[in-house]
Amino acid sequence: MAKVLEGLYYSESHEYLRLEGDYGYIGITDYAQNALGTVVYVDMPEVDDELEAGEEFGAVESVKAASDLISPVSGTVVEVNEALSDNPELLNADAFANWIVKVELSDKGELDDLMDAEAYEEHCKE
Amino acid sequence: MYKYLPHTPEDIELMLRKVGAATLDDLFTQVPKELRLQGDYDLPPAQSEMEIRQTFERLCARNKPLTVFAGAGVYDHYIPAVVPSIVGRSEFLTSYTPYQAEVSQGTLHYIFEFQSMMTELTGMDVSNASMYDGATATAEAMLMAAHHVKKARRVLLSETVDEKVAQVVRTYAHFHGVELTMVPETNGVTDSETLRQQLAEGGVAGVVVQQPNRHGLIEDFTGYAEAIHGVKALFIINSPALDLALLRTPGEWGADIAVGDCQSLGLPMSFGGPYVGYMCCRESLMRKLPGRIVGMSADNRGQRVFVLTLQAREQHIRRQKATSNICSNQSLMALWATVWCATMGKEGVREAATRSCDGAHYLAQQLTANGHFRMTYPGEFLNEFCVDYDGDVEALLGHLAAQGILGGVKTDEHTLMVAVTEKRTKEEIDRLVELATGFQA
Amino acid sequence: MKEKKNSHHNQTHPMNNRLYGKLIFELSHPGRRGYSLPKSELPRHELPQAVLRSEEAALPECDELTVVRHYTNHSANNFGVNNGFYPLGSCTMKYNPAIDEETASLPALTALHPLQPEDTCQGALEAYYRMQQALCAITGMGAFTLNPFAGAHGELTGLMVIRSYHMERGDKQRVKVIVPDSAHGTNPASAAVCGMEVVEVKSREDGCVDVDHLRTLLDDGVAAMMMTNPNTLGLFEHDIPEIARLVHDCGGLMYYDGANLNPLLGVCRPGDMGFDVMHVNLHKTFATPHGGGGPGSGPVGVRKGLEHLLPSPRVSYDGERYHIERDEKASSVGAFLGNFTVIIKAWTWLLSMGREHLRMVGPLATLNANYVKESLKDVYRLPIDTPCMHEFVFDGLRDKSTGITTMDVAKRLLDHGYHAPTIYFPLLFHESLMVEPTESESLDTLDAFISVMRRIAEEAATDPEVVKSAPHSTPIGRVDDVLAAKNPVLTYKRLAQ
Repeated sequence: MAKVLEGLYYSESHEYLRLEGDYGYIGITDYAQNALGTVVYVDMPEVDDELEAGEEFGAVESVKAASDLISPVSGTVVEVNEALSDNPELLNADAFANWIVKVELSDKGELDDLMDAEAYEEHCKE
Repeated sequence: MYKYLPHTPEDIELMLRKVGAATLDDLFTQVPKELRLQGDYDLPPAQSEMEIRQTFERLCARNKPLTVFAGAGVYDHYIPAVVPSIVGRSEFLTSYTPYQAEVSQGTLHYIFEFQSMMTELTGMDVSNASMYDGATATAEAMLMAAHHVKKARRVLLSETVDEKVAQVVRTYAHFHGVELTMVPETNGVTDSETLRQQLAEGGVAGVVVQQPNRHGLIEDFTGYAEAIHGVKALFIINSPALDLALLRTPGEWGADIAVGDCQSLGLPMSFGGPYVGYMCCRESLMRKLPGRIVGMSADNRGQRVFVLTLQAREQHIRRQKATSNICSNQSLMALWATVWCATMGKEGVREAATRSCDGAHYLAQQLTANGHFRMTYPGEFLNEFCVDYDGDVEALLGHLAAQGILGGVKTDEHTLMVAVTEKRTKEEIDRLVELATGFQA
Repeated sequence: MKEKKNSHHNQTHPMNNRLYGKLIFELSHPGRRGYSLPKSELPRHELPQAVLRSEEAALPECDELTVVRHYTNHSANNFGVNNGFYPLGSCTMKYNPAIDEETASLPALTALHPLQPEDTCQGALEAYYRMQQALCAITGMGAFTLNPFAGAHGELTGLMVIRSYHMERGDKQRVKVIVPDSAHGTNPASAAVCGMEVVEVKSREDGCVDVDHLRTLLDDGVAAMMMTNPNTLGLFEHDIPEIARLVHDCGGLMYYDGANLNPLLGVCRPGDMGFDVMHVNLHKTFATPHGGGGPGSGPVGVRKGLEHLLPSPRVSYDGERYHIERDEKASSVGAFLGNFTVIIKAWTWLLSMGREHLRMVGPLATLNANYVKESLKDVYRLPIDTPCMHEFVFDGLRDKSTGITTMDVAKRLLDHGYHAPTIYFPLLFHESLMVEPTESESLDTLDAFISVMRRIAEEAATDPEVVKSAPHSTPIGRVDDVLAAKNPVLTYKRLAQ
């Protein structure tokens, strides 16, 4: 059974967002890393890149699959998790602890379109 | 029963019983009756092997191989006997794509060698396992550029790229939705001034040039990489593979993607194919490269082995998000090119390219010593060049063909493009000159 | 004394068990050479430094014997159709006749330059033209282009024809391609390269296209529906007349993916089913060798009325002579006429088969597939238990309690001298194992295969470890895919660092 953490926002495409003030830490969920298998590469955006809610901003690659990363919110990238360049399998070790990008949100209203832990858990069951 | 169909009537009867059908026809009850074939195909009856040989003898009598002085993308190079004897081995010929690495180490090793050789020739970091041909490889490079640069969907294509290649690139661009802008030529080479202006206009994702270009001229790409990278676009160079044994490489020019055809690595001309395209790029673009790629790994017994890798980019996994739709490539022809390079070796590959250059320059000198021919363009060339002829080019070519010579390719009303390879002897060249300069239309 | 059922006795072991693991670069020694050229009498021309590369390409330097041994030993670690049975579903690994290799290597064909004058290559053009005609007769199409280099390339070319058709009629908005969810990955990828959008139609429980769902997808944005028939499960889409009618009524065209054409030879024709555009795979149905991954050939056929949309160049016949026609304004998918010698191989096969044997291909391929299916369905799970055509899909072993996966079965098959069937495709089932025996295989071969498959099913229950850790007798064991993808080493230069 995949881990689902309380207090986070979730998207249908299995990204999560951890809110801290005006910033959000975005990553993939435990469900996603499990489906992918061992991650071999993470294609990340650059600092200052603009993200749009619902738009692709990178990808996570395993041996058997490559999954686009869809941004749950709009904003500007302020930090990228460099550790994932050398050790992409950190996403398998702990998907929630190892976020991928930190963004400064441009429209907090977009959070209303995301799911909470309970709704996401239901979504995974489908 | 037939030599290719082993089933005897007894076999068929036994098998029908097992599957619970009375006749072979009963196997197709799912097929609506109105769709079933009535009668035979409108095809001739089967020919025995002897009859097939006769059929081909008759057909071949109407073909006339010529002494080739034409290029335009396809070159008549020396093929050592070793090459076809190895490539014809059935373990290479009749094997499948190396998805099951345990039974395909032969294929995987030679593809790794091919990739290595192509990166050496092009001066790039990474190569894929091959493309269909140089033209489609160029089109795929164009797509790669269009996808790589966000918010830029324009690719600049020099007018000096071979027209056949350009037509394929235009086709792919048209359907995929990439805007293609031509960079004009001046004096037979890419107009650098205009190129700079076009880059400055913005929205450019890539620039495609050819070296040597479609007139055979060696272009000067000084400053190109800087200008192209300055607007964050990709620099793409198309070259016939053998030429890179001598010429300044795409890597040295600062290119991001190098593409072209490997036909000049000893592949037979074969009336148009199969050839094999190559596609090489810088390390930073590795994961965007279409096609198959072979990489090194280890097996569970600790041996060094090779395997298809980075498959997550490919069509069978990413489907509509794949970097390309390429599935089968031209693997056996990549083997051909690899064995050719291994047999000719470092020195032989250079020697073939050098003699082609020597022969072309000797021919150019001899042809233009006489009044009927004049070099069309100033400028350095390698193994192929254009001459203007004061008579009827078609008639000249017809006259030469009647003498068993393919004298070149007509590129304009009064222009002929001629190529020479290491196979052309001084005697053959002298004879061409004699016939060409002596021709009265 | 007649054959014992149990056995891989009549299987030759396909290859050398030990790995020959060298790279040609590792056998190179400075100064060695493997070639000879005649003395050159031409004056040397020195090119200016500025145009030359600064360092020589580090290609290997070996004598001829070293080169020959090297590649000969590599071939011994390979396994081809000439070695043993290759039941790869969807690949049609039939016998590649030797006479095809002979005709395709004739110097009067291989020494032709593609741009030499037409009257010096009439024989080559005749063979090419007659191949186009033969494909029309077999498929029911009106015209063919032999330019595309492979099946996927043919799909792309076919989609270009379809888009051109709609653009010509002012229907620029028609960019949607309906594709069954069981389709091969090249279908949606080809659509994407052609600038089109893919819409998936669901399959019913019986494995065929859900016509009710299809109805909901049809609108004036639909350019075409791409289908293969039989589908990737080996089942004939019996609703095809209705499907074609529905798609045509909404203004779309029907595209046939010819990868599964084999069982239709002698049975029916795509052109009669309502398909407008299609491709065939010469390296599947038409017996040309796979070559370890190509060259193949993917000719594209169109019904009457669409010929003008085929790419350039084209070969025509005026009743006396054959001509090559180039149209600079038309589409083009390759510089010349396609993989010419591959086409010659396929045409030679057609000449050998003739109309009387060609019509047995479908029935015998289908008989073979059904025979294997019926002989194994008690130990392998058959999700769709109906008569199949040339191939069928198992969903792993019936007994799931052993924990043995399709991957394990495939690897264990290698130990017995077989190339594994297609695994994990189609994506409809978790443990897909797709088997296609082709018409080339005799009853003995099938029986031997069946007995090995039964033995593996037994091992799964009695000795699962030996299956899980397979293969044991191949030159290499299972490969670490993660290592290969994480830090890719793709050239000798990188390896040697």
